[in-house]
Order: sequence, then C-alpha cells, then structure tokens
Amino acid sequence: MARMTMVQAINLALHQEMERDDSVLVLGQDVGVNEGVFRVTAGLLAKFGEPRVIDTPLAESAIVGTAIGMALGGLRPVAEIQFSGFALLALGQLEGNAARYRSRTCGQRGVPLVVRMPYGGGVRALEHHSESREAIFAHVPGLKVVIPSTPRTARALLAAAIRDPDPVIFMEPKKSYRAFREEVPEEPETMEIGRARIAREGNDLAVVSWGAMLRPTLAAVEQVEEARGVSIRVIDLLTISPLDRETLVRAVKETGRMVVVQEAPLSFGPASEIIATVNDEALLWLEAPVKRIASWDVNTPYFAREEAFFPGVERIRKGIEETLDF
Amino acid sequence: MPRKIVQRFQVPFLQVLDEKGKVDPKLDPGLPDEDLVRLYEAMILAREADQRMLRLQRQGRIGTFGPATGQEAASVGPALAMGPRDWLVPSFREMGAMLMRGIPLSTILLYWGGWEEGNVFPEEARTLPIAVILASQVPHAVGLAYAERLRGEDAAVVAFFGDGSTSEGDFHEALNFAAVWKAPVVFVCQNNQWAISTPFEKQTASETIAQKAIAYGMPGIRVDGNDPLATYVAVRDALARARAGEGPTLVEALTYRLMMHTTADDPTRYRSDEQVKPWQRRDPLVRTRLLLEKRKLWDDEREAELRARCKETIDEAVKAYETWKPPRPDVPFDRVYATPPAELEAQRKEFLASLPGADAGKGVD
Repeated sequence: MARMTMVQAINLALHQEMERDDSVLVLGQDVGVNEGVFRVTAGLLAKFGEPRVIDTPLAESAIVGTAIGMALGGLRPVAEIQFSGFALLALGQLEGNAARYRSRTCGQRGVPLVVRMPYGGGVRALEHHSESREAIFAHVPGLKVVIPSTPRTARALLAAAIRDPDPVIFMEPKKSYRAFREEVPEEPETMEIGRARIAREGNDLAVVSWGAMLRPTLAAVEQVEEARGVSIRVIDLLTISPLDRETLVRAVKETGRMVVVQEAPLSFGPASEIIATVNDEALLWLEAPVKRIASWDVNTPYFAREEAFFPGVERIRKGIEETLDF
Repeated sequence: MPRKIVQRFQVPFLQVLDEKGKVDPKLDPGLPDEDLVRLYEAMILAREADQRMLRLQRQGRIGTFGPATGQEAASVGPALAMGPRDWLVPSFREMGAMLMRGIPLSTILLYWGGWEEGNVFPEEARTLPIAVILASQVPHAVGLAYAERLRGEDAAVVAFFGDGSTSEGDFHEALNFAAVWKAPVVFVCQNNQWAISTPFEKQTASETIAQKAIAYGMPGIRVDGNDPLATYVAVRDALARARAGEGPTLVEALTYRLMMHTTADDPTRYRSDEQVKPWQRRDPLVRTRLLLEKRKLWDDEREAELRARCKETIDEAVKAYETWKPPRPDVPFDRVYATPPAELEAQRKEFLASLPGADAGKGVD
C-alpha cells in the first residue's frame, strides 16, 4: 500500500496493464516525451518505447479513429484526449464506429478501446476545459462511461476498462487529480464496471454523486449528520453507463429519500435518468421528491466565475435538509 | 535571404491499357494469362451482380443499393495486387474487390437487404464492413496497419473511399497520421467524379485528388481508374513501398459513376446523358475483353460460358439470400456489449413481450 494521488494511481494502472499485456498501448497528444499535460502517462515512454507510447498529431477524431483500427487489429489501445471538451471532435468516431462495431458485425468484431479524458472544472484553464458532458456519451448504446472519484477507484476501474472487451469512456475528474491521497494497493486491482460503491452507510436519506462532486457531497453529509443526528448513505456512482439501478433502487427502498448531485448542467443529465429509474422501480417508497443539485443550464462560464456555478457544500447541504424536511 | 522555391512537386498519371485494348509494352506488368482472365471474370461478375441487384431493388427484394457499374477496374485491380494477409477496408462501391476477397455474394445481398449479418465475413477475407459515414473508415485503416506492424506482421491495408470523402476531416487526419507513422497502408480514391449531385469541380479546387498526398508527405498518383492494369500496378507498387517500411501512398483511380448514386437517386436532375456518354466508351470491361482477345485468351464461346456461370452464381446467391432464415428477433440485444447489462436484459424481455403474438417473457426461436 502506498498513499497516492489520482494521477499517480492512474499512472500505476497504465504501467501495470502495459506490463501485463503486450497488446495494450497508449496514444494521444503529448503523452510520450511530455508524459501528458497532467503527467498521467509519466514513465511510459521510457519503459515501453515508441511503438507502444505514441505522441500523435493534434486531431481528436483520428486519435480515436486510428485507435479503433488498432483495436480491430487485435490491440488494446488507451487513447488520451487532452481535455474532454475536445473529445466531441471524436464523437463521430465514438458514436458512429466504436459503439457500433459489435452490433454492426453481429459480434464478430468488438472494439476494446479506452478513451481517457480529464473532465470538469477546477483548474482555471480556458474555455472548453471545465465541462462535464458524460450524458452525451452515456446516451450512446455500446459505450460504457466510467467516472472514478478517488485514487483507488481510478486505478481499479481503469485496469478493468483496459481489460473490458467494449469501448469505455473513462472520465477523470481533474479537480481530484492531486487534491488528496488515498491508500492504493501495490498488487493489481480491478473493480466491476457497472457497479456503484457505498461511500458511506446511512438509513435516513441517500445521496448519489460521482467524480469531483463526491468530496463536497461527503462534506455536506457530515455537516447535516452532525447537526441533525441523522444517518445519510452516500452512493459513489463510479459508472454512469451501464447504470447500477439495483443499488439506486435499494437505497430508495431503504431510506425513502434521495438527492442526486451532478457537476453537469441540470437538464437531460444522469441525475434525470436516476430519477426516471426511481420512478419506474421505487416510486411508492419515496417520502419526498428526489432532488437534483446540479450546475445550471448555461454554458460553463470562464474560470473567473465558474466556481459559483458548480454545486458546492452549501447548496448540497441545503438540498439534503430540504429533502429531509419535506 | 532571397526569395526561392523550396519544393517542387509532380503528380504522375498512369495508364497501361488503353480504350482500344492496347497495352503499353514499357508499362506492362507482365501478368500471367490466368490473372488477366481473373481480372476480367471478376469485373463481369461484379457488373452482372450490380445489374441484378438494381432489378432486385426495383422489385422490392433488397433495399437501397449503390451500384458500381463502370468502376469495376478501380476495385478489382487493387484486389488482385493484395496478398491474402492484407486487409481490405472498403467504402461502399467495392463489390468487385469484396467478391475477390472471398466474401459470398449472398452475404453482400444480406447487407443490401437490411441485415447486419451481411457484414459478417469469413475471417480469411480480412475485410472490414462497408462504411456508411464516408471517410470514417480511413483512420481505421491506418490504425489497423499500425497494429499489423506492431505485431510484427507483414500485412498491409488497402483503404477505399470516393472523391466526396476527400473533403471530410477524417480523410485528411488519417493521411496525416499514416504519413507521420509510415503506416503500411494504401489509400485508394475511386474518383467517380460525382458525390450524388456534386461534381468533382465543386468538391475540390484541386486539379487532382492525387496531389493532396503531397501535403502530407507521401506519394500520390493518378491512374486511369477504368484500366485494371493501371490500378493493379499502382497498388502493387504502393503495397511494396508499404511493406518495405516506406509508408503510405495515395492512389487516385479516375473513373466515372455511369449510373445513379444509389437507387434512391435520379441523376437526370443534375447531369445530362451527353455528359455520361464519353465515359460509356471508356468502359473497363470493353478494353479488357479486347486485350484478352488480342492475346488469344478469349472468344464468344468463352464469353457466353462466363456469362452463364455468372448468372448461375448470382441465381444461387439470390436463392441463398431469400431462403436465409433470420435469427430470433432479439439478437440486437446480444450485440451491444460482449455481455448484456441487466438493464438491457430487462428491455429484451419487454421487447419480446411487445412483439405481435408473443407471450410476455417468452423468447422466440
């Protein structure tokens, strides 16, 4: 066990998966010599050499498009898109090809591809560097969408994504890249994709959250628990698609109250899908409407004013209290 | 520092077999007789299948179909140049090449009949499915070529696309990546001069497609795309370069779309018969037959025998297609992921229950 940041933990997964399997390779802008703009790919070029660590030209569609070809040719590419805001240039390849190849060929050819991308706010960079667009990918049948929240979950889920036979969009909350450390086992570890994690046990209300929202959620939950003597369950979603409906429905049945915290804009996001699931399977167990605490339906403001637009501890705390008091 | 020219470029053109069936002796690849006959037979089968499929579409027996009549040489010449371990990455007018790779015509009929099963090819055909998002297949070819080289294979990749596709970003990005990586890939543009109603001169201000290669640092060559020997030679040479580690090549096969874009298209809305006529005289089948006759490899009797053989092959394929029994209706649920998630299994049950005559929760065999 070592205490690691998320960057170090993801890096550990890449090293171990490339050691374990010769067919794993990494490609993207600045991932080799520069070791990634966040240094996530540190040491890979030195250890594995150029054919398996590729500094590509600057073109997101071709990074994903050529990676699809590599996957069809028997490799397991891990493509890095430098920021998720640029990944939409590759959406044509993801929706049009990566997600469809298995269906298109009746199962003859799958695309075991991982597309890693840092997402979300918090690094004071330019426009297109702060968005949370997981819903766009999650809407596409054939893609899996994974968002880790901590170093250990990032490492274990990335290893699982690399071993997965289907394309996985792996969204890394860059605000959490170096914000805190966690014990990460030295031995290779995977987690099941499609399975949420109970980050905190509780019986009076359940909060669902993922990615960088987990930390303010936990802070708000602690405040409410302390102030009111209640116990609150925190579900760390980890996989957006396929959604772990079972864990969500069980939480409603056991607590009767649910709050969903998402960094993405309010409308048409995962929170809405979670509420639809509760509506379908646990409506009569609800003691209060399921509340969404999200960003607003505006284009993510530039970094000087972005912070106020993301859900913070205060908004989350209020939302939880309103739901408890309903 | 004086103003000076830092680079000059040339765009070569190649024709080996002219419209009268005459081969330029200096350029003759010296193919054995059986290969010349094979080229001709492959083109006749592709033409006959094309014409039959147009009728099948009009009769409602297949869906929308994109014919390749007049473009056969651009597809079979490259296919003849390919080795068995090479990959074919088609666009959608390469039936001639696909048949030469050993894909059954009945499978191709399934595709145009609206069944994904028409994309399931024999592994030894080493062929990816038809691409509908134009140019999106070109980066796949580059990645596939990279993978083959990384795994130490000697195989190269031949990727097809049309003149319209060369306006797509994926075309440019793919060529750029391939050249930087020196990927063992050959790009073949079937320039049939029409993207539905958009003529070549409205597609690009370049005089040729071939010259687009130069900007990416790879050779480009324009060939007479109605000359199967020229398309063969250009792709043979490009494959040799690819295998030698010298990187990709762009081959522009200048041809002409003699018929409609697809059966859903009416070309009389945007071009006249007068425009088409000169290209009918350049039919690749005519010149190839003239060559075979000159070499005493062909006569009316062999022609009749070949046409009868093609008809039989096509009849059998149509029969296989029309008697093909589709699998159970819920197979799409099996194919989204390697293992369907619980939600998809739940939806499968609802789907099956929604089918006319189906009992809730009971599968249909």
